[in-house]
Amino acid sequence: MIAADEHTDEVRPDERFPRTLRANLHPPAWRNPEPAGRYALVIIGAGPGGLTAAREAAALGAKVALIERDLIGGDRLNVGCVPSKAIIRTARLYAEMRDAENFGGQVPGEIRIGFATVMERMRRIQARISRGSSARRLAEAGIDVYFGEARFSGPDTVTVAGQSLRFRKALIATGARPLTPPIPGLAEAGYLTNENVFNLTARPRRLLVIGGGPLGCEGAQAFARFGSHVIIAQNDPTFLAREERDAAQIISDALARDGVEIHLNTAVVAVRLEGADKIVDLVCDGDKSSVAVDEILAGIGRAPNVESLDLEAAGIRYDTNTGVKVDDFLRTSNRRVYAAGDVCLEHKFTHTAEASARIALRNALFLGRRRFSKLTIPWCTYTDPEIAHVGLYVREAWDQNIPVRTFTILMHDVDRAVTDGEAEGFVKIHVRQGTDRILGATVVACHAGEMINGLSLAISTGIGLRALARVIHTYPTQAEAIKMAAEAYERTRLTPFLRALSKRWLAW
Amino acid sequence: MTVFHSPRRPATVADPPAETDDALLDRFQRAAFCYFLEQGNPENGLVADTSRPGSPASIAVVGFALSCYPVGVERGWMTRADAACRTLLTLRFFQGSVQSDAPGVTGYKGFYYHFLDMKTGLRVWQSELSLIDSTLLLAGMLTASVYFDADSPIEREIRSCAEALYRRIDWPWSRGEGITVRQGWKPGSGFLHYGWEGYSEATLLYVLGLASPTHPLPCESFETWTATYQWENIYDIEFLYAGPLFIHQYSQAWIDFAGIRDGFMRGKVSDYFENSRRATLVQREYARRNPYGYPGYGKNSWGFTACDGPGFETKVIDGRTRRFFGYAARGVPYGPDDGTINPCAALASLPFVPELALSALRHFCRHYPEMIQDSRLPSGFNPTVPGAGAAGWVCEGYFGLDQGLLVLMIENYRSGLIWRLMRRCPPIAQGLRRAGFTGGWLS
Repeated sequence: MIAADEHTDEVRPDERFPRTLRANLHPPAWRNPEPAGRYALVIIGAGPGGLTAAREAAALGAKVALIERDLIGGDRLNVGCVPSKAIIRTARLYAEMRDAENFGGQVPGEIRIGFATVMERMRRIQARISRGSSARRLAEAGIDVYFGEARFSGPDTVTVAGQSLRFRKALIATGARPLTPPIPGLAEAGYLTNENVFNLTARPRRLLVIGGGPLGCEGAQAFARFGSHVIIAQNDPTFLAREERDAAQIISDALARDGVEIHLNTAVVAVRLEGADKIVDLVCDGDKSSVAVDEILAGIGRAPNVESLDLEAAGIRYDTNTGVKVDDFLRTSNRRVYAAGDVCLEHKFTHTAEASARIALRNALFLGRRRFSKLTIPWCTYTDPEIAHVGLYVREAWDQNIPVRTFTILMHDVDRAVTDGEAEGFVKIHVRQGTDRILGATVVACHAGEMINGLSLAISTGIGLRALARVIHTYPTQAEAIKMAAEAYERTRLTPFLRALSKRWLAW
Repeated sequence: MTVFHSPRRPATVADPPAETDDALLDRFQRAAFCYFLEQGNPENGLVADTSRPGSPASIAVVGFALSCYPVGVERGWMTRADAACRTLLTLRFFQGSVQSDAPGVTGYKGFYYHFLDMKTGLRVWQSELSLIDSTLLLAGMLTASVYFDADSPIEREIRSCAEALYRRIDWPWSRGEGITVRQGWKPGSGFLHYGWEGYSEATLLYVLGLASPTHPLPCESFETWTATYQWENIYDIEFLYAGPLFIHQYSQAWIDFAGIRDGFMRGKVSDYFENSRRATLVQREYARRNPYGYPGYGKNSWGFTACDGPGFETKVIDGRTRRFFGYAARGVPYGPDDGTINPCAALASLPFVPELALSALRHFCRHYPEMIQDSRLPSGFNPTVPGAGAAGWVCEGYFGLDQGLLVLMIENYRSGLIWRLMRRCPPIAQGLRRAGFTGGWLS
């Protein structure tokens, strides 16, 4: 029995960790440096992409400026991956305590959830990770760190905090922000996004999540595990619409098991306040209903941060929906200016931002011709189990007229998954029919995000299933599923003719 | 009667009563057939979805009923005149029913609502205008139109009625704005918003839609649909994946897919008959591996498909937290799996894996006799949930879809009757050709 700690839910104002975080990521007494001459590279935005480019450029000996209007680290550290993963870890712990008997364990007495301690741990971890990205460390690495709003004031100048920075090359890495869903009454009633959900001081007793995308699913499951009554309303037929059907189905079942109420094909049409309750009107197949909740988490869509940059002044083309226009070399319509990460890419992930920043940097400073489209980019949704993908989906292969064979290993056949009580999910590896060339893969498993890396390595280096079958994997590990899939491929090569030959040889 | 595809074997068990396979099958087939006599409304030909009190009619079950009557005649379980009368009554009902976009009628655009009132034949349960269930109904009408080939007024009217009902279906409308067909439509809210991608029981729908003499589906609709297929190697068995067994059985109940191949199957050097065989083997293998440790699973105890279950609840049984479902499309290997087996699905695999299906039937008879009343298999049992006997929870009443599928599949195994009839049905051959099928009996 898990009971929420209702009376001590309020987060005690322990300001230690937020203070540390700010001291590292936007020191109150920071004084911007005096620009001395032209910069080889000016980077706007100190999120994952901007930081990666700044560090690499400085290491290569470039004179580099990094401009941040708020906190260094961007979404990843402050409102994205780091805080959410910290919370998800605690949520998984509670789920394991709940299921202790299935693991042969016993939890003495009643399990109480203290939301305050969950959030405090999250802030401690943020502060811990922020050390590596502190303004001081960046300055020590030879990077000129500026705080303030950046604006282009010409094709080769940026203005920040009253100072004009001339550049040979610039990189826009300003990221994206949550979209406001156009639902009547939502803004007035108030709602949460990934930007402010981590500021919650009390656990909402009833939570409505709009949209069943990755962020929505992760948040819904975590809060359900903390004892919130969570409803997901999604105006699409399946969760995680871009993922494979079976993968999405497993996640949907997992959420339902945690008590998340899932309403597919359901549109949120209006929100209104009635006392402390937020009343949400839903429509499903023409049928109307209403639910009362304490908080609403909107997990749909992100808008690129392009508006306040005066991009026109530098002749940079952009769109408020899709962001800065770039070519495959990540160059904008201004030959001196490049862009990377969420501000210009469809795939809005931290690792994509970093990888694209590396490409943009090489292309900008070293006349590089690296193409973004050549990258192999995996991604993962951190529900429990996780769902990770890399490369082509079957549908995409079909669209390119590539015939596909899929080798599937169920996690329930992987010894370590069984011993760990994590037997849900699968590894699917798609190969081009008639070859062992890996086109793509989907992993649904408790540690899918870790497992997908081996497959990304195989795809990006051209390692096929035959070679993978010969790679010795440690036993027992869950990643062994990848080798098992490769072995399944090898077994299909044993045709009846080869078997007959082998039999004759052995009988001789 | 000739044996189809696989020679019948002698009884696999010797314990008394030493009933032959054929006698055993005859007993279960007849019991399944009787569902339609018991649950039909003699006034309008509609047949109840289930044998539970107050059940509405399901148009798919009516389609199965129309296909089962010829079996009944051939087996001597009803007279040809009686079968023709029932069939004509049914066809006349649909021909006279109201077609409009109003919410409380029987159908629209030539399609019909999934569930109808047994007496009035009007839409109930706010059900959807169902494309696939209308297809199964139409398959029954076309089966009747081929079987009743005599030059008598009744049989002539059966043929003309069936043709008229086929001709009035507006297949292209069913695609909405898309290329492939939608799953359904509701008055007021329009087309259902459900994704209907991946291999499913819709092959028959596309075949009949492509062959329409009046409003055919374009050929690219089928090709676009097959582009969502997933060819997988699971447990060392390669097949076109779909989780629930019924997907591998519904179209196959009417169409003999052995030896005929569309573009997809040519690329994989397989066919949809062989594919159903492999899908069944995957089901059996899953039951043997039994990853979640459900009681009762084994090499002779399998059958995961759309069926009723113990109900939507979570219970701790023998120290394990178990989640159960009510009516749901159970499937393997990705689930959902709550320990519920539908024995009808196993027996309906008879044409594909005769020996294994018979072994499963004998296993069910031997180990769970309490769930089999009057030789009729229930639509689900779950030994994990305590019940009156070893079978645990047993589905209450019978489902027309299961009983109808059993009659057709047992018949296809015993004589190939339905397959032979449908080979002679011009829309079937024409639709298959338009879908790109070649070879085998189409040559």
